[in-house]
Amino acid sequence: MNVSDNIASRTVIGWAIAAIAAVILFSSIFAVVPETKQALVVRFGKPDTVYNAYRANEDFGKTGAGVMWKIPFIDQIIWIDKRVRDFDMERQSVLSTDQLRLEVDAYARYRIVDPLRMSITAGSERRVEESLRPILGSSLRNELGKRPFAALLSPERGQVMDNIQTRLNRVARQYGAEIVDVRIKRADLPDGTPLDSAFNRMRTAREQEARSILAEGRKQAQIITAEADAQAAGTYAESFNKDADFYNFYRAMQSYRMTFGTDGTEAPGSSNLILSPGNEYLREFRGRR
Amino acid sequence: MNDSDNSGTTPRPMLSEGGPWGGGGSGGSGGGGDDDNPWNQPPRGRAGRGPTGRSALDELMRRGRARFGGRGGPEPEAGRFVLWAVGGLFLIWILWTSTHQIEPQQRGVITRLGSYAGTLEPGMRFSFPAPIDIVTKIDIEDIRVKDIPEGGKTQNLMLTGDQNIIDLAYSVRWNIRDPELYLYELAEPDETVAEVAESAMRAEIARVALNDAMGPQRSQIEARVQQRMQEVLDSYRSGVTVQGVAIKQADPPTAVVEAFKSVSAAQQQAQAYLNEARAYSQQLGAKAEGEAAAFDKVYAEYKLAPEVTRRRMYYETMERVLAKTDKTIVEAPNVLPYLPLPPAQPKPAQP
Repeated sequence: MNVSDNIASRTVIGWAIAAIAAVILFSSIFAVVPETKQALVVRFGKPDTVYNAYRANEDFGKTGAGVMWKIPFIDQIIWIDKRVRDFDMERQSVLSTDQLRLEVDAYARYRIVDPLRMSITAGSERRVEESLRPILGSSLRNELGKRPFAALLSPERGQVMDNIQTRLNRVARQYGAEIVDVRIKRADLPDGTPLDSAFNRMRTAREQEARSILAEGRKQAQIITAEADAQAAGTYAESFNKDADFYNFYRAMQSYRMTFGTDGTEAPGSSNLILSPGNEYLREFRGRR
Repeated sequence: MNDSDNSGTTPRPMLSEGGPWGGGGSGGSGGGGDDDNPWNQPPRGRAGRGPTGRSALDELMRRGRARFGGRGGPEPEAGRFVLWAVGGLFLIWILWTSTHQIEPQQRGVITRLGSYAGTLEPGMRFSFPAPIDIVTKIDIEDIRVKDIPEGGKTQNLMLTGDQNIIDLAYSVRWNIRDPELYLYELAEPDETVAEVAESAMRAEIARVALNDAMGPQRSQIEARVQQRMQEVLDSYRSGVTVQGVAIKQADPPTAVVEAFKSVSAAQQQAQAYLNEARAYSQQLGAKAEGEAAAFDKVYAEYKLAPEVTRRRMYYETMERVLAKTDKTIVEAPNVLPYLPLPPAQPKPAQP
């Protein structure tokens, strides 16, 4: 290494160090607060001010987001989410007043509205969630447990959810959080016996439906058949009733032809006739007397 | 050693980087200060100064020669080159980060030092360069589809209003309406949409009966779920529009699907019964009408000449009947027959 180079590089390094130092200093004084975060400044371990604190229904661009400053090394920033966050509840088994079990999944959406209080009482969003989760579970069990099974499925559920939200909100306030919404994600019958018996009930209900459909079908078919019989009888009667005596004769003739197999159909069995000469047919056979 | 006499002087050329060195390089002779001496004077003139000085000069000469040989022109100094390079990079950086090509389906959300500062419409748009303005491009036209259940393999059982269980698969189509709300309002917007969809669908299915959910009310359910989702998402200020909800499949659970099939089989069977009955009815009706019509015709003839017609019909019938049968005629008052009785099977045996 030659000297001037050495020195040149030294100055470059010097500048670089100065620049880095400036950047560090700059960044330790100023910080950019994004729209999605609230910045809590802690001075000597004591929460001091909040930048970009949540206010209801504010428009983005007019929030407290932007550049903030602090005293380097004395002030520390705790970043707290400003967005709506959610936590799921462990799957709860709820017993209704009529002793039916229901497995319920619920979620709650919340946001930190008081970062100061939140940082004192909980410290982080995660701890808030951990504190609220069991309370969501227990208030859900309490509220749903007061109702019969059918009501858990009905539109009345809206009222239940409001009650749960109110209860949960009361606790959430203590953590500087606000519950935006509580909702049941799923409400199912527990696996095993309850589910199987529900399936069984469905199955038998279907079988019953199938049978009643068949029976109804048969009934309708019988009615149609009977109506047809009646109508045919009516048709016959109307026609044959014009002359009952002739009908008797006409029908007898048809009947003979049928029984002796002479109307084109092959009548089963053979026939032998033993006729008396006095028979009407043979009257002329003997010759006139 | 040599540091002492150079350390005081060298910072100067470094500080005035474009100065005497550059001039010296271009002029060939140069006049500058004593710092330029090593350049103008032949190296041997200073050779006596010592090995350290010599090495520094050698190094300079080497570099100088390399530059002359390389370009044959005036020789810019290394620092200047770096400056230009840095300046150039800086310019490129500014250009690169302050112009934005926003595609038609996109919007660019500007954050100026963290704070939302507007949304860029499609086209060639400009902002402040990067550390100040940061532009996030978001596709707002793209319709995102969320299938529930994911992949559609597993059953998704739900309780219906009449406490039956239905296996439901559906999908939700949504897109972003307000990119800034979408970016800043919810911690997990995509998952939120899915959860809201599931919650709304289950709430809706819990209001309708199984048969309605499987059949006639599907489209109403879809519409109501969409509306309910939109209300909830708006209450979260999510900046999301639900484009539609589609029920892809609404079936009974596999455990009871056989029983449901038996119902439709029963419906088919009942229909078959009805069809048979109707066929019988038509057949019988036609037969009755036919026979009645035949009787009427004959009766009309009969009325014209009752006695003759009756006898004619009688003889015709008897003729045909007796022609096909074996006949034995027996004298009436208890004597012998005219003819012997035929054997038991008089008819020729059938082939």
